[in-house]
Amino acid sequence: MIRVTRKYQFSASHRLHAPGLSASENAELYGKCNNPHGHGHNYQIEVSARGPVDQRSGRALDPRALDRLVKEQVLDPFDQRNLNASSTIFEELVPTTENLAREIYRRLGVNWQSVFPSAWPVLEKVRIAETPRNIFEVS
Amino acid sequence: MLVTKRIEFSASHVCRNPMLSDRENEELFGAAANPHGHGHNYVIDVTVEGDPDPVTGMVLDLKKLKEVVNREVVQTYDHRFLNYEVPPFDHVVPTVENIAIDIWHRLEPHISQVGGQLQGIRVYETDDLYVDYFGEAA
Repeated sequence: MIRVTRKYQFSASHRLHAPGLSASENAELYGKCNNPHGHGHNYQIEVSARGPVDQRSGRALDPRALDRLVKEQVLDPFDQRNLNASSTIFEELVPTTENLAREIYRRLGVNWQSVFPSAWPVLEKVRIAETPRNIFEVS
Repeated sequence: MLVTKRIEFSASHVCRNPMLSDRENEELFGAAANPHGHGHNYVIDVTVEGDPDPVTGMVLDLKKLKEVVNREVVQTYDHRFLNYEVPPFDHVVPTVENIAIDIWHRLEPHISQVGGQLQGIRVYETDDLYVDYFGEAA
């Protein structure tokens, strides 16, 4: 088995504000991230998949196929967007990078078979760096 | 405990399966099938697992690990056209996956003399594409 990892990046803005909390509770909980006008990050994401090496191609994964899936499911919907407004899921969920990582993993998982119809490779994990110092991983 | 040593080499390759036609190879590998080849600065992370020696405080001597990696991998791979000059890539497609597996096999028999045991090989073909191989058992 081989694990293949591909890196991507996108830039987006967000505002951390939990609708169930008061204005002062939100300000206390999220600090500067609660600024009503939002703020942005250059998100670096790593998508890892696992599988055996195919004898014909010598590959465990075709990076072009993964690129298509990530473009369609992640980069097109999120790059240069405001996350709070980019997806109905963030109308209910606070677009923390925890929730963003989980949403990206979910989107890739649900649509995985459209580009990888065989048993292998399988999606293993998604790792997101919100900044070089804040990193989140979901598998 | 895991200890990782990073080394680099530069090499050229063409992603082409000799059993397939030109058209099939182009479909499979795209621009990477260009018969004249192309190159990468490969970055290799060699990770060894072990317990620190109570006297030296080290899992292994990193100098010795570097010597082994240079002797077994860098001298063979660096500034070579992998398909023509580095077996098994005369008949195995030198994808980054197969390079990681080959490096594992070249290093694995020598690691116990250095200390610890080989845990994983990571090969970066570019900044945005890398693979990990943890041996047949994993």
